[in-house]
Amino acid sequence: MSILVYAELRDGAVRPVTREALGEAKRLAATLGGPVTVVACAAADASFAALGEAGADKVLFAQHAAFARYDSAGHAAAVAAAAKAVGAKAVLIPASAAGKDLAPRVAALLGVGMAGDCTALDASGGKLVATRPVMAGKAYEKLAFPLSPAVVTLRPKNFAAAAPEAGKAAAVEAFAFTWDAAAPRAVVTGVSGESGGKVDLTEAEIIVSGGRGLKAPEHFALIENLAAALGATVGASRAVVDAGWRPHGEQVGQTGKTVSPKLYVAVGISGAIQHLAGMSSSRCIVAINKDPEAPIFKVADYGVVGDLFEVVPALTDAIQKLH
Amino acid sequence: MLQVVCVKQVPDSDTRVKVAADGRTLDPNGVTLVLNPYDEFAVEQSLRVKEALAAGEVVAVSLGNAGVQTTLRNVLALGADRAIHLKSDTPAPDALAVAKALAEAIKGLDAGLVWLGKSAIDDDGAQVGPMLATLLGRPCVTNVCKFELAGNVAKVEREIEGGREQLEVPLPAVFTTDKGLNEPRFASLKGIMAAKKKSIEERPVDLGAPNVERLALELPPPRAAGRIVGEGAGAVAELVRALREEAKVL
Ligand SMILES: Cc1cc2nc3c(=O)[nH]c(=O)nc-3n(C[C@H](O)[C@H](O)[C@H](O)COP(=O)(O)OP(=O)(O)OC[C@H]3O[C@@H](n4cnc5c(N)ncnc54)[C@H](O)[C@@H]3O)c2cc1C
Repeated sequence: MSILVYAELRDGAVRPVTREALGEAKRLAATLGGPVTVVACAAADASFAALGEAGADKVLFAQHAAFARYDSAGHAAAVAAAAKAVGAKAVLIPASAAGKDLAPRVAALLGVGMAGDCTALDASGGKLVATRPVMAGKAYEKLAFPLSPAVVTLRPKNFAAAAPEAGKAAAVEAFAFTWDAAAPRAVVTGVSGESGGKVDLTEAEIIVSGGRGLKAPEHFALIENLAAALGATVGASRAVVDAGWRPHGEQVGQTGKTVSPKLYVAVGISGAIQHLAGMSSSRCIVAINKDPEAPIFKVADYGVVGDLFEVVPALTDAIQKLH
Repeated sequence: MLQVVCVKQVPDSDTRVKVAADGRTLDPNGVTLVLNPYDEFAVEQSLRVKEALAAGEVVAVSLGNAGVQTTLRNVLALGADRAIHLKSDTPAPDALAVAKALAEAIKGLDAGLVWLGKSAIDDDGAQVGPMLATLLGRPCVTNVCKFELAGNVAKVEREIEGGREQLEVPLPAVFTTDKGLNEPRFASLKGIMAAKKKSIEERPVDLGAPNVERLALELPPPRAAGRIVGEGAGAVAELVRALREEAKVL
């Protein structure tokens, strides 16, 4: 019996979402029973023993030359084999771009169902129940797992990483798994950073989003300046994405990204139901809009009624003065 | 080349959620059903590939009750050649059950490309595509936002945190489509007329026991009422104070 966690790595380093998954695994292990085992798919050892500090008891190191980058088929084979080897009751995978791709493949290999993008897990009744948003957060469903293991992906920023146990090392074991790397598969040939290493919307602490109220693409400089002052990531409404002012990756909403930062600032966005669906679970929402009747004010904790071309520069100025 | 495009009928994005009396499902009253928006990119890409090759056939597949034939008819109007309706009067219990039914239908088709939307906007699952690929034992790329066919290899891109991945995939393969891949077309009058004569083959399916069980569907807790801190640039000082002292987010 074990709780298995997939360690998401980027360039050999453990991503923060992995620590969140480990923190949750440790909490679940208290009721479901441990230990917490990590499966790390990599081409070379990246001192995985240090994962002990984040909550891992043991690390299964699935090594393959093809694992210098994310490999959908290979990682799925390794994780499914690891789940079987340790008799996992639950398999926890970060709901990142890679994790969302990986988890359904692992579930299909194991012949079980899964719950994606979970915002809470509960094992108090001795069985795992997952809570996850549907319709981009317009509702939440609670799911139980008739089959074992339960495969779940954890939405970034919803689970607390464990307080580091300084000096605790995890036992690292080489993990042998069968996988036919010669079978036809998708191979990552390159990775390009289009947003210059900025924090992704789904992982951002603060988001400043702009809408059609900005009137022209060049006025997004106002949004970018405010975002820079706040250390925030830039988001957008669909209206401005469809107009070609902003890239698709920045769209927040039911057909864009669902986000839950600690602070969401909506500038010149009316608050259509599809937009609200994607951001209403943010901890604190600020709306800046000249129309006092705009629906965005219904979900905003703090609203400023006014012309964004005056309010936003003044706000940027005030934030800069705080530093 | 034969291509398959898997489509789902979903409540449209304007839907205001009401939970049904069973406490587990969406109240269907007043809900308009449409083609899943992400599936539009899948349909469009299959048609573009067919047009570029000037050959082959696009087969649309959908699982659901008799009502999904409206959506299949729409896809035929957009340009798909024929459709298969996997008929089940009970709602699909979970993604694995759907993927198994689709795999069973697609296995015998010799499809070079299988297309699905990256997720459905009702359950936001994003599971059926990669599950289907795994069951079929075929390569798969999810969330494709750029696609190019070079002979028997597809060169694609997908969005990841802070950037994009480029991938190469030998066919036959399965792809799920993201926004940005293409601009979906609208059905033409000619297409709508032609669709009336195209075939929708019905095949009853048994979805089996659930692999995941929904215990409850709940609305999110309502947000506490907020306030207007003021008007114009003059409100900024109070806003910053509130964000620091009340909300403690700065
Ligand atoms: C299938 C479907 C899916 C969709 N998915 C999404 C989605 O994922 N995300 C999304 O965002 N939308 C989505 N939409 C679109 C949505 O319905 C709205 O059309 C869109 O969100 C509107 O964008 P907006 O708020 O920027 O523009 P508008 O609605 O035009 O609002 C602009 C706002 O700016 C304000 N404004 C104008 N000038 C100023 C000024 N000088 N100072 C201050 N305020 C000003 C106006 O008062 C207004 O409230 C979807 C729609 C459909 C049909």
